[in-house]
Amino acid sequence: MMLQLREAIREMVRDGDVVALEGFTHLIPFAAGHEIIRQGKRNLTLVRMTPDVIYDQLIGCGCAVKLIFSWGGNPGVGSLHRLRDAVERGWPRPLALEEHSHAGMVAAYAAGASHLPFGILRGYLGSDLPKYNQNIRFIECPFTGERLAAVPAIHPDVTVVHAQKADRRGNVLMWGLVGIQKEAVLAARRSIVTVEEIVDELNAPPNAVVLPAWVVGAVSEVKGGAFPSYAQGYYKRNNAFYKQWDRVSADRETFQSWIERHVMSTRDFDGFKRILEQAVKHA
Amino acid sequence: MPDTAYTADEMMTVAAARMLRNGAVCFVGIGLPSAAANLARLTHAPGVVLIYESGTIGSKPDVLPLSIGDGELAETADAVVSTVEIFSYWLQGGRVDVGFLGAAQIDRFANINTTVIGDYKSPAARLPGAGGAPEIAASSGEVLITLRQNKRSFVEKLDFVTSCGHLSGGTSREQLRFPGRGPAAVITDLGILIPDSVTKELTLTSIHHGISVECVLEATGWPLKVSPHLQTSAPPSAEELSALRNLQGIPNAG
Repeated sequence: MMLQLREAIREMVRDGDVVALEGFTHLIPFAAGHEIIRQGKRNLTLVRMTPDVIYDQLIGCGCAVKLIFSWGGNPGVGSLHRLRDAVERGWPRPLALEEHSHAGMVAAYAAGASHLPFGILRGYLGSDLPKYNQNIRFIECPFTGERLAAVPAIHPDVTVVHAQKADRRGNVLMWGLVGIQKEAVLAARRSIVTVEEIVDELNAPPNAVVLPAWVVGAVSEVKGGAFPSYAQGYYKRNNAFYKQWDRVSADRETFQSWIERHVMSTRDFDGFKRILEQAVKHA
Repeated sequence: MPDTAYTADEMMTVAAARMLRNGAVCFVGIGLPSAAANLARLTHAPGVVLIYESGTIGSKPDVLPLSIGDGELAETADAVVSTVEIFSYWLQGGRVDVGFLGAAQIDRFANINTTVIGDYKSPAARLPGAGGAPEIAASSGEVLITLRQNKRSFVEKLDFVTSCGHLSGGTSREQLRFPGRGPAAVITDLGILIPDSVTKELTLTSIHHGISVECVLEATGWPLKVSPHLQTSAPPSAEELSALRNLQGIPNAG
């Protein structure tokens, strides 16, 4: 179903939902994250292997009450200051953490997509993580007796991902680092995919990562919607933005005025990018 | 000034790179390891295979990526797979010879913390967390760890055990039946530490050119054992420095 992003977020993301905006450095759905902030969604449980800058923004805006994750940082730059402020000082509200390793998260997503109750892995051996996360438990292999870790399946109420292309029927094609996006969509009750462009023909090679239209809830065309992350074949990662975010996010008031100017006062992602371009011109 | 023509970080990266043998399949952790692993590939180990947790196998970047998922890593890879595949088939599947990790804190048995400083429930500093490290540390054939050495990073007791080294030493790792052998070396800006073959306690086996033993002891939060056969690592060669700076996009002097 083709929808404007605004409508898709309004109809499919509800207060209190478990929401996964996935993307492993590549194809991160920034435009959709901004729209969630604009619409003031609240009490979300956010899920993601690698929460980065868009989750920092959602958390700093008070959209989330809980985060299920395995690595939360600004890759190559440092801390997520809004995430840290929420965890260390409860600002703007406390944030509960359910913390895994990457291998645990992929097992949990794959179990969700497979409609199994839990995922299984040879993991967390000797780590303190199971002491603080009741959702990491251990079982004995019925065949060998080996002790293995188990994690409950992840079933987001809604998963949001970004991809390169969709055709007019809503079939989605992505390539490059595809991370956990396919599993996250298949594990979810509802899904939204933003794409760089809608084309007449996908011309997907037979083994490409294609999400057929009938497993995708809504498709929205948002050119550049993964900025400042990247879309392979379209634009590169904007590393300067990630570096600048360290300064913007370090201080509560600087962060709030940035969000007000760039997200709350803009109508959509095009508006956001226009404000950014003006800032660059005046710099 | 040949002795001061490189930084302590450059010495650390060069020393870490030298530990990676040609032909090894290396799972590259986020941060400092990426520079060392790529430097090895561009110098003595052209046959090394670099795997990144973002899903790239056989990455050959010309310039060091800022993140572990930059486009350069995928564009130069032999194969790009999903994160389910990278952790299930390749890491858990036993295809990785060397896991290369960084850390915020390390203890005498090379267990590492990348989760919190202070109490977990009310941390003094929240760190990024585990990422791929617990299973890289468990399942890789062996593990190399690289981090800067000081009293805040080399601690008597970790605030949180994120990923396991040699646990409480001796045979404690074997008893938990980890697939991999665990840390083989810790490379810092001051020297190289190797676990004792019996006790598994980290022992200073090499100091970098221009570093004193006292300086290393002073930077360690426990009474560090020093090998009777202590060696001195050679300073970075011109070739190593040039390759590293090219990788980091830093213009070479002269």
